[in-house]
Amino acid sequence: MKITKIIMGMPIAICVVDKAVDKKDIESIFTFFKSVDKQFSPYRKTSEVSKINRNEILLSAVSDVMKEILELSIQTKKDTHGYFDVDAKGYFDPSGMVKGWAIEKAVKMLKKIGYKNFFIDAGGDMFVSGSKKGSLWNVGIRNPFNRDQIVKILELENCAIATSGTTIRGQHIVDPYHDKTLTEIVSMSVVGPSVIDADRFATAAFAMGRDGISFIESQEGVEGYMIDKHGMATYTSGFTNYVLS
Amino acid sequence: MVDRLKKIVLSVAVLSAFFLYSWHERQEQAQLPTVSRHQNISEVKTPSSSSAPPPDILTGKYKDGTYTGDVTDAFYGNIQVSAVISGGRLSDVVFLQYPNDRQTSIRISTESMPILKQEAIEAQEADVDIVSGATDTSIAFRKSLKSALDKAAL
Repeated sequence: MKITKIIMGMPIAICVVDKAVDKKDIESIFTFFKSVDKQFSPYRKTSEVSKINRNEILLSAVSDVMKEILELSIQTKKDTHGYFDVDAKGYFDPSGMVKGWAIEKAVKMLKKIGYKNFFIDAGGDMFVSGSKKGSLWNVGIRNPFNRDQIVKILELENCAIATSGTTIRGQHIVDPYHDKTLTEIVSMSVVGPSVIDADRFATAAFAMGRDGISFIESQEGVEGYMIDKHGMATYTSGFTNYVLS
Repeated sequence: MVDRLKKIVLSVAVLSAFFLYSWHERQEQAQLPTVSRHQNISEVKTPSSSSAPPPDILTGKYKDGTYTGDVTDAFYGNIQVSAVISGGRLSDVVFLQYPNDRQTSIRISTESMPILKQEAIEAQEADVDIVSGATDTSIAFRKSLKSALDKAAL
């Protein structure tokens, strides 16, 4: 059973292939994603994030989940040498952190119910669990120059993949103001057992430009596949362990 | 955000796709456009799923002028575009807001890492269960553009 909804401005797909799947369980995961959006969206005036930015809530009085996100954000800023900074825009915006965190929570919820074979895909970042009809999930990396194509097929088991980049940037945008390194790389995919790591490191590595793939190589537990504007890919030493074709 | 103003030349493929998108917006999975690098208006492909090309774009049913679209949430930031219509057709799209990548502070040392490998990307034929790619920005982009063109419609 696969259901897709647009939440947090992106399509979120939940697919459970276990025989005894109950639609209500999948709906409960969507309810969770909606609550995450309400709490963390910097674009909702009533969100906790907005309240923090308006100084309506003291940092010492934030909710437990917000504390979790804050700790994760501080750690990630250290891990990525400042490339991943939730305060970079001049206000607190943990959006980049929340996506991976929310997927991980959702995965735990499904596992707790007892599901083994499923995937959760939030806007192209995903976690796959178990298998489909006995064979591993096949995950494609999208061609940043042609949305209908995939350029790599991976076989994943209990594993996450996140891709940062934009297809708009890969096309015709002429931007005299942007830093050159940001237009050099069009796609950065990061694979690993932790969806939080895959997501936060894909975001940070993409912002690093060409150096991003070296950063991924230097991190434990993640592998990466980077595509530049010429259609050349650079990948880390362990990446081929995941590759089907 | 004017300093992040960007200009793009849009191919008809993107437009077709976005019109398709607007029709299918209530459906849960929107069809995505076929756009390749170096493509220009004379060599566009319509999306494979396009059974009915969007007539408005081809025949020019817009009022000339510049129309600003809604600010749409791309989750990592806001997107807002304005559509420039001339001769009844969309002639340009200007980015008023665009998600900014994280501020860079320190550069990672760029010493060569021989363990990294390279290859030219190649389209793969086999079927897959899921696809990983950056989608959030382009969906927000199409939403904002759609709202701009709604204003331009005759």
